[in-house]
Amino acid sequence: MEAMSWSLDFVLALALVWLAWRTLVSNELFKAVVLFIGFGLLLTLAWVRLHAPDVALAEASISAGLTGVLLLKAWRRLRTPAERDEHLDYE
Amino acid sequence: MSIWIMNEAAPRQLRFLLALLATLTSLGLAFALLSLPIGTSELADRVVTQMPESGVDHPVTAVLLNFRSYDTMLEIGVLFLAVVGVWSFGPVSLDPATLTPTGPVLGTASSVLQPMVFLVAGYLLWVGAAAPGGAFQAGAIIAAGGVLAILTKWQPSANLRIWVEGGLALGLLAFVGMATATLLHSGVLLTLAPEIASSTILMIEIAATVSIGLALPALYLGGSPANWTHREQK
Repeated sequence: MEAMSWSLDFVLALALVWLAWRTLVSNELFKAVVLFIGFGLLLTLAWVRLHAPDVALAEASISAGLTGVLLLKAWRRLRTPAERDEHLDYE
Repeated sequence: MSIWIMNEAAPRQLRFLLALLATLTSLGLAFALLSLPIGTSELADRVVTQMPESGVDHPVTAVLLNFRSYDTMLEIGVLFLAVVGVWSFGPVSLDPATLTPTGPVLGTASSVLQPMVFLVAGYLLWVGAAAPGGAFQAGAIIAAGGVLAILTKWQPSANLRIWVEGGLALGLLAFVGMATATLLHSGVLLTLAPEIASSTILMIEIAATVSIGLALPALYLGGSPANWTHREQK
């Protein structure tokens, strides 16, 4: 059990660092925002592993949820006209 | 950041400098983390011994809303200031014709989720005294419901203006009012006598939940709804 929890923590930490790197070097802004939301969700898992469920609740809802939504709204306003034609508006 | 770094015009020196800064910060953080003492510090023991006088059963809530309530008060103040700052850019048009149409999935999901928002938020607020939960978590759930309402193009009427703006200020007002009352009563800021601690904490938590639940969707909206202000914009 000890080895399993250590390997879980190790994989989680590795995934967090990798996601953070991919978020920063992605050449599409939309991809970066989505990766940021995924990063927030993995960070929630990290908080749970650190025995901090209150922080995990706040992280999931505010950081991954609300900050992600704010970033998506900002992305919408920052699109260049070329990108505006490319991304379809839903319905 | 990704626009900036991936732009070919950004010189190599700038990229190298940014990478160096990021590496130094990471090393500093790692050093700070590794120099922390292993095992529980004496602070955790002190919290545990003072728990019976805090009025709640959960140590995180006790620290947030009793022992370190000054920090929480300033956090609520910061949130309020953020809304004031974002809303100072002017009103936002909520005209349905200009917004993306709501699809059937979003509409159905919203109608199912909105009642659950209040149920879950109320539960998290109440259980925060004894288990993980509390005002911030409950407020964030209500905020999610608020963002969902904005996404489904809910049109807030002008009658709601006083309630929303009052609700935004309610958390900070309640906290500052409580701080003033404790200062006048016992001369020490934000100390709660054990017999009134749990009910005071509950009152403050309710006010904070309302404030947080209104402030975060207000930030998402980006300004006060245009149909609230009748004045001519210069």
